[in-house]
Amino acid sequence: MVNGERARGTTKSGGTTRTAAKKPTPRKKATTDRSVANVADPAFVQLLTPDGERVEHPDYSVDFTDQEYRDLYRDLVIVRRLDTEGTTLQRQGQLGIWASLAGQEAAQIGSGRALAEQDMVFPTYREHGVLWTRDIDPIMPFGLFRGVDLGGWDAQKYRFQGYTIVIGAQTLHATGYAMGITKDGKVGTDDGEAVIAYFGDGAISQGDVNEAFIYAAAYDAPVVFFCQNNQYAISVPVHKQAKTPLFKRADGFGFPGVRVDGNDVLATYAVTKVAMDRARHGQGPGLIEAFTYRMGAHTTTDDPTRYRDKSEEEEWRLKDPVARMRGFLEKQQLADDDYFASIDAEAAEHALSLRERVLTLPEPKPSAIFDHVYPNGSPLLDAERAEFLAYQESFEGSGH
Amino acid sequence: MLQSTIGKGVNLGLRRALEDDSKVLIMGEDIGRLGGVFRVTDSLQKDFGEDRVIDTPLAESGIVGTAIGLAMRGYRPVCEIQFDGFVYPAFDQIVCQLAKMHNRSMGKIALPVVIRIPWGGGIGAVEHHSESPEAYFAHTAGLKVVACSNPNDAYWMIQQAIASDDPIIFFEPKRRYHEKGEISDDGELGGAFPLHKARVAREGTDCTVVAYGPMVRTCLDAATAAEADGRSLEVIDMRTLSPLDMEPVYDSVKRTGRLVIVHEAPSNVGLGAEIATRVMQECFYSLEAPVLRVTGYNTPYPQSRLEEEYLPDLDRVLDAVDRTFAY
Ligand SMILES: Cc1ncc(C[n+]2csc(CCOP(=O)(O)OP(=O)(O)O)c2C)c(N)n1
Ligand SMILES: [Mg+2]
Repeated sequence: MVNGERARGTTKSGGTTRTAAKKPTPRKKATTDRSVANVADPAFVQLLTPDGERVEHPDYSVDFTDQEYRDLYRDLVIVRRLDTEGTTLQRQGQLGIWASLAGQEAAQIGSGRALAEQDMVFPTYREHGVLWTRDIDPIMPFGLFRGVDLGGWDAQKYRFQGYTIVIGAQTLHATGYAMGITKDGKVGTDDGEAVIAYFGDGAISQGDVNEAFIYAAAYDAPVVFFCQNNQYAISVPVHKQAKTPLFKRADGFGFPGVRVDGNDVLATYAVTKVAMDRARHGQGPGLIEAFTYRMGAHTTTDDPTRYRDKSEEEEWRLKDPVARMRGFLEKQQLADDDYFASIDAEAAEHALSLRERVLTLPEPKPSAIFDHVYPNGSPLLDAERAEFLAYQESFEGSGH
Repeated sequence: MLQSTIGKGVNLGLRRALEDDSKVLIMGEDIGRLGGVFRVTDSLQKDFGEDRVIDTPLAESGIVGTAIGLAMRGYRPVCEIQFDGFVYPAFDQIVCQLAKMHNRSMGKIALPVVIRIPWGGGIGAVEHHSESPEAYFAHTAGLKVVACSNPNDAYWMIQQAIASDDPIIFFEPKRRYHEKGEISDDGELGGAFPLHKARVAREGTDCTVVAYGPMVRTCLDAATAAEADGRSLEVIDMRTLSPLDMEPVYDSVKRTGRLVIVHEAPSNVGLGAEIATRVMQECFYSLEAPVLRVTGYNTPYPQSRLEEEYLPDLDRVLDAVDRTFAY
């Protein structure tokens, strides 16, 4: 259970004249402090301190049962363990590449668990944690990373669209999808539908993302833009591309923005729930900036020692999202050592099963190259496929 | 003479361009401290500063659009697009703006912008990292398009492209970045082999094989294999894709009577179609066989486990050569 309101009163809650002409205020010169994009802001929502201390926020709160708290912790541990397995599999040559979510577990689990079953997710390539919260078999994206398939899962069935690698593109798709929800009259009630679009602090520079903001605002689309500010776009720190806290951008587009402690699973849950409920009730889009940290490399092909200091990583390690939730459970005496051990064991089992199944993912047959290029087929491809098969056969038994 | 690689060749060429002309700028995603995801700009920011080697925001339309503005202001920007599949957000700026500005300004504005694109497949990457979009750009009047295939060309061609007043799309064969070769780095730019000229990469007498970029190596290997079978292939490295330099091709086909064109990009409306048509017009009476193409299939680039089936390889090149002899 959650209650809460938008953190800042820039927008009417009624939703009729949300973008009514505000007088443009002259833009204040940003300070030259390069870390300006990172400064703490009163809108930074936190419900759990790095030590696992429960704190209150005037606008956001959660009210979970003991079991629900434990379940959140279980999610965090399992997705981290599965993610580690992804990295290991890649190191062992079993995946082409892996994009680790390490450090971003709370942002993904909190937001993912706040979604209603009917909501639709538009992920990037890193949302393995959100995928887990949709009760999807975690092996689902591994075909893509192993290179045996193209992803290609049933997005409608799972309410989880394909991973998108082209930065920012999915935010426009999410917005259009949300516009369709409005056209279908599926907003305005408790069981209305809403959409969540994930993207990064680098992506927010893209034209597509800014156009998505424009469209979402213009059409009051029921979409929540969930920006995981993990401080880096590969090697480029956020302060090099943004001179204002990212959540504040929402203001200029005409919808509410909020910054949440992205390593606090309770807070990410609370803000996402509020924003999604606003959207599903027809009150338009929202932007959430989950302030977090990419604890590992950008992907397994990256080497962060070239561009950031170990000391920075160590600093963020003190805010670890998984340890924080464990600290909370311990402080509140909601779980004991046996419980933690059992969760670790369960996570290890999931990882083992994942590993075994990744290793036996079926190899594609070569002619799969020609599959699914057009819904209505193509004579050019039919001919090419036939030629290809004949060529392949010409090698059979010829010693090649 | 310097032992080097293609990636290092581009790096050294960029370095020399930065030294020679204070108006040269390098800009792109992750090109500064990281040195680019392929390390092609390694150390350049350290040595030339953040003002000249610029880590841009993550926005390709922004990279090219602001490069255009910088060029209007007298700079010579060299943009890096991180991977071939990520050039499309900049497509309007390249095709509508960069390509046409000289024409629209009725000759008053020249935009000496170079857009470097690590390009093509063969590195086992996930989707959008292995594309061959050269035909889009070669199709666009106002752009020049070149592709390097060896360290020496990488070194000289990038400098020539930067020195040119034309907007140039500069393709680099990413899977060959580590391929070794010699650079003759002592001459002057003016003395280098011209940018917009094709070159015979290996002489032969029986069949002409035309390629560019990553496929040059494949075709040279095919020629070596063919030699063992007693067949002599002439391999031509096109180097310039727009404008095409056809003379060496005509010359060769008139001697061999046979032509196989090889590129990774799909065949449909690709460079091969253009080259074949011109050869047909110019060498009709010399041809002993139809011109054949060996290309990627007309599908999206496949999942990495199938890329070896997708990409033209030595066997497919030799198979096509065999077929030209079957006529
Ligand atoms: C259009 C486009 N340009 C460049 C890339 C290469 N690239 C992949 S991830 C990335 C950085 C993304 O940073 P951010 O949006 O912060 O997301 P994060 O990876 O940190 O989760 C870049 C530049 C891409 N995938 N798509
Ligand atoms: Mg990021």
